[in-house]
Amino acid sequence: MATTTTKVETFVGKRIRRREDPRLITGTATYVEDIQMPGMHYAVILRSPHAAARIRSIDTKKAESAPGVVCVLLGKETKGVGAVPCGVAMPDLRVPQHTILATDRVYFVGHPVAVVVARDGYLARDAADLIEVDYEVLPAVADPEKALAKGAPAVHPQWPDNIAFTYHQDGGNVDKAFAEADVVVKQRIVSQRLVPMAMETRGVVAEWRNADRQLNLYTSTQIPHLVRTIVAGMLGLEENRTRVIAPEVGGGFGSKLNVYAEEALMGYVSMKIQKPVKWIESRRENFTCTIHGRGHVDFYEIAAKRDGTILGIKLKLIQDVGAYHQLLTPLIPQLSVLMMPGIYNTQNIRADIVGVFTNCVPTDAYRGAGRPEATHGIERMVDMLAAELKMDPAEIRFKNFVAKDKFPYATATGLTYDSGDYAAPLKKALDLVGYAKLRQEQADLRKQGKYMGIGISTYGEICAIGPSPATPAGGWESATVKIEPSGKVTILTGACPHGQGEETTFAQIAADELGVALDDIVVLRGDTAVVQYGIGTFGSRATAVGGTALYYALQDLKAKIKKFGAMLLESEDVTLAGGQVVDNKTGKSKPFQEIAGATYRALKLPPNTEPGLMATRFWEPPNFTFPFGAHIVVTDIDGETGQIRIRRYVAVDDCGNILNPLIVDGQIHGGVAQGLGQALWEQAVYDDNGQLVTGELTDYALPRAHLMPWIESHHTCTPSPVNPLGVKGVGEAGTIGCSPAVVNSVVDALSPLGVRHIDMPLTPEKIWKLLATKNRDVGSRGATK
Amino acid sequence: MIAQKFEYTAPKSLDEALHLLASGAKPLAGGMSLIPMMKLRLASPEHLVDLRTIQDLNFIREAGGQLHIGATASHYEIESSALLRQKCPLLTETAAAIGDVQVRNMGTIGGSVAHADPAADYPAALQALEAKFVLKGAKSERTVSAADFFVDAFATALEPGEILSEVIVPIDDARTGTSYQKMVQPASGFAIVGLAARVRVNAGKVSFVRIGVTGLSNHAYRASGAEKTFEGKTSSPANIQAAAALVAQGVDANSDLHASADFRRHLAVVHAARALKTALSRIA
Amino acid sequence: MNINLKVNGKSYSPDVEPRLLLIHFLRDVAGLTGTHMGCETSLCGACTVELNGKAIKSCTMFAVQANGAEIVTVEGLATNGKLDPVQEAFWNEHGLQCGFCTPGMIMASKQIIERNPSPTEEEIRHGLEGNVCRCTGYQHIVNAVKAAAAGAGK
Repeated sequence: MATTTTKVETFVGKRIRRREDPRLITGTATYVEDIQMPGMHYAVILRSPHAAARIRSIDTKKAESAPGVVCVLLGKETKGVGAVPCGVAMPDLRVPQHTILATDRVYFVGHPVAVVVARDGYLARDAADLIEVDYEVLPAVADPEKALAKGAPAVHPQWPDNIAFTYHQDGGNVDKAFAEADVVVKQRIVSQRLVPMAMETRGVVAEWRNADRQLNLYTSTQIPHLVRTIVAGMLGLEENRTRVIAPEVGGGFGSKLNVYAEEALMGYVSMKIQKPVKWIESRRENFTCTIHGRGHVDFYEIAAKRDGTILGIKLKLIQDVGAYHQLLTPLIPQLSVLMMPGIYNTQNIRADIVGVFTNCVPTDAYRGAGRPEATHGIERMVDMLAAELKMDPAEIRFKNFVAKDKFPYATATGLTYDSGDYAAPLKKALDLVGYAKLRQEQADLRKQGKYMGIGISTYGEICAIGPSPATPAGGWESATVKIEPSGKVTILTGACPHGQGEETTFAQIAADELGVALDDIVVLRGDTAVVQYGIGTFGSRATAVGGTALYYALQDLKAKIKKFGAMLLESEDVTLAGGQVVDNKTGKSKPFQEIAGATYRALKLPPNTEPGLMATRFWEPPNFTFPFGAHIVVTDIDGETGQIRIRRYVAVDDCGNILNPLIVDGQIHGGVAQGLGQALWEQAVYDDNGQLVTGELTDYALPRAHLMPWIESHHTCTPSPVNPLGVKGVGEAGTIGCSPAVVNSVVDALSPLGVRHIDMPLTPEKIWKLLATKNRDVGSRGATK
Repeated sequence: MIAQKFEYTAPKSLDEALHLLASGAKPLAGGMSLIPMMKLRLASPEHLVDLRTIQDLNFIREAGGQLHIGATASHYEIESSALLRQKCPLLTETAAAIGDVQVRNMGTIGGSVAHADPAADYPAALQALEAKFVLKGAKSERTVSAADFFVDAFATALEPGEILSEVIVPIDDARTGTSYQKMVQPASGFAIVGLAARVRVNAGKVSFVRIGVTGLSNHAYRASGAEKTFEGKTSSPANIQAAAALVAQGVDANSDLHASADFRRHLAVVHAARALKTALSRIA
Repeated sequence: MNINLKVNGKSYSPDVEPRLLLIHFLRDVAGLTGTHMGCETSLCGACTVELNGKAIKSCTMFAVQANGAEIVTVEGLATNGKLDPVQEAFWNEHGLQCGFCTPGMIMASKQIIERNPSPTEEEIRHGLEGNVCRCTGYQHIVNAVKAAAAGAGK
């Protein structure tokens, strides 16, 4: 038997159901809130009801003597704890001191003011009501454009202009491009604030073990290692005695790509009370205190020749920062600037960002992080340009795409697009949707006074974030592969998947490389005491960067297995295939498991070879990857109510090679849902006093099953040359491609009325108002002629 | 997300419940509105009396040529009642439009009506049906019409110590058509506006019209101006439109993030026309 | 106060505070942490369990209201290690990503199929109105419910 080579099933590229699912569908997975420990205490945080106020005094006496209460902590006590950090360095960045509890002043509704710790969560909540805070309410500003106006209230008194940072980037010769243009189209475009709304709110369990000077911190995060480094620093602890565990994480979408005050605060509490403590964010807190996304006001200008050739793009970008910088806040609009030319062949750009403080919760990375805003901008501008030139929106795109023989392509913003064939997905999508026929139908419907629209977006995006020089905390990823003496395989990844399915895709990669069964592989992640250092899961990077680290670690092990196999077979010419090392001359073979055992038993070692089978690789990507695609949306508008019905949603995405089509489809669907959420329903609305009007699910409308269209998901495949897997990343593509396709579709539907732009979300009332006023205008114009 | 402490009683009889309510306790039915408010500490009753444990309040039956629905009949029980589907389809259609499956399984008609949320669905249908509400106190029992019951936002004709024990609606014959048309607030599932229509046609003319409106103003009401305009006319599209145009007349319309007052008025007119048209199409 | 109820076939007679939410009884007293709390306003559905055969939101009910009830949670679905057809379908169709909404989603899906053995896509979507998923865009969930219904009909 040992001489026969068994053909082992391969897994990469197949629709394999996920290996993480059994625990999730049976309710036996462990999220932070599920953790119980002996002696556990519970924390409730008292937060500011005002957007701006001075704290005159805080009386905690009643709360401290309430049943079950162990302590009440205020900002004056936690002053020694380091500030919540901003991870971005920029020359003129203004960084306000972001203490973990407010001291003398509060800056947004939800600002933490005190923490109550009790032996029972209900009692902690009761005691929080007994704290008396005397606030002197101050004027607040919640709108970034208003915050820039003269005389606006200063969010931070030391910076009366409310400017948090500015950033300028020039590429090519914009002034020349605009001077030579036949046509310039200008538009103000808003990308509204959004609430990431992961289904699991944030939560922390902190367990201080005094005898070991060890802090165990369980937190719902996308970046456990970075949390460890930073929280240890904030608390003055030793990094190797701080263990951060991200157990099951119930969604993040960028909102858990951060280090939050509560993570250090709970560590502090546990050290103080010498007991484990649990804090679980309420949904209300999640809306008011976890970062928001987007928050742009963009002023675009696009210059073109009469034939539709784009010559240059200018962008003035106002970024609503909120009251503080969180980990990556100032970086997000810079990603927008990098992406501003989209996938079009123009070498002239100019961008000016102004980041503005407001009395709101900070903005930071939310699915797409800067790229959806940029794509929305360029894709809206290209449609407006097409309308101005009376060109078909598909035609103007084909005309301006970077040609497929121009890769690698250096952009005006300093990126190098790795590979692309931008016309391919658009051609396929036009075909699938039946474009010509739809345009005919649209013409017929218009004669009947009906509003039907066809919207196209062709996007490119930045994935596999990213090379370290371009990423604040390092852009590499790590993998360790251990082959145990029995031949079972354990993978430790520095990525931290929380729904993306890498326990499955990474096992697929390893199973194929080693020729073992999927069931022989375990993927571990999310525990700093188990996994070598890692960066985490965000920016559509886990597979492209973390998977590549894994791939190279597997190559190291394969070489070692072959060495041992050759020694055991007494051959110099062997191959590893189908779970066997085979002597190419005699056909004799040794199963992988037997070789694994031999490497540990170490009775005999190949020359210059150590026992055991374990390899670790830290892989630094030479570049980002640049997926792309085309989304086409067909909408019908109810002329009476302004309601939008999506008749067709065709998505053709090119994310390079696909390891598991089932998972890729799921990523696209989920991404599209969040893009559609922004396009149609979602908006974080603050009133003039800085109160979050959409502070609960009663007012913040999310995509729900009955509101979602059927998504027709298709692909083209242009492998990335950046990594050996040829993968690009797919986590954010759906979101990035979606919103402009929807808005373009609705604007297209209403274009006979002279509508050229509508800001998101496209609420029925906005559409109705346009219908009402424009119909009147068109009617009265017609009457006077 | 944790309520303040309170006392809880689950009485077996209505008398026992009324006795407790007379001393200041608050009734709890499905809790779909009250419990979220308690969790957010926007409501903090000291004593809750659970009405769901009282068998006598849970029924759907026909008697005396009318339909009687007990206060704790759930939206699902109403939605799936064969009796109501046959004899009062407007109520089943409205119940099916409330919230979501879980809310309909737990929420009750009595709880919803007594809470009198200006955006609730039932009140439109109950106005159009000219429903009667039986209000019981420890020492009293009275019947109040829908027209008199809804007083203001979250305010009804219920006196302290009284509960709504029963809803009575008429049985319409096959010559009556009904419809409930709703513009949904996409976050909460409540009505931005909800229009219930109930029409009869006799010898080619509209002989009877009732239109109930919810969501538009501080409480649900009957659009009597629109009703009067439509009665005696043919059911032509122009006459439907003319009647619908009057449903928001003289009403101080609500305005919020989800719809301005002007948009709400407009939606009320659109949905009134749709409700009338659909109701007419359903006349056997 | 003292209440009696059955959860997944097992009897409990705890002494509870009236304000204890049913979800907290299930999670903290009965130790069944599969049911999740996702909001305060009864709008996300993550806490859905079956109470006397009906899907309800356990965050919008006090444990005392469940006195005498029979409750089934996600932990009670698999029998003798064999998954319920709805669980199996969610797995096969990739009807979940982060998994946090999944227990509630599965319980709501069971109710759909119990009441309507061969639901259309529209009926499935309507039946899931009360459950938010932020990951999947719902499409694979719809597929899972369809597949479970088709499988149960065999």
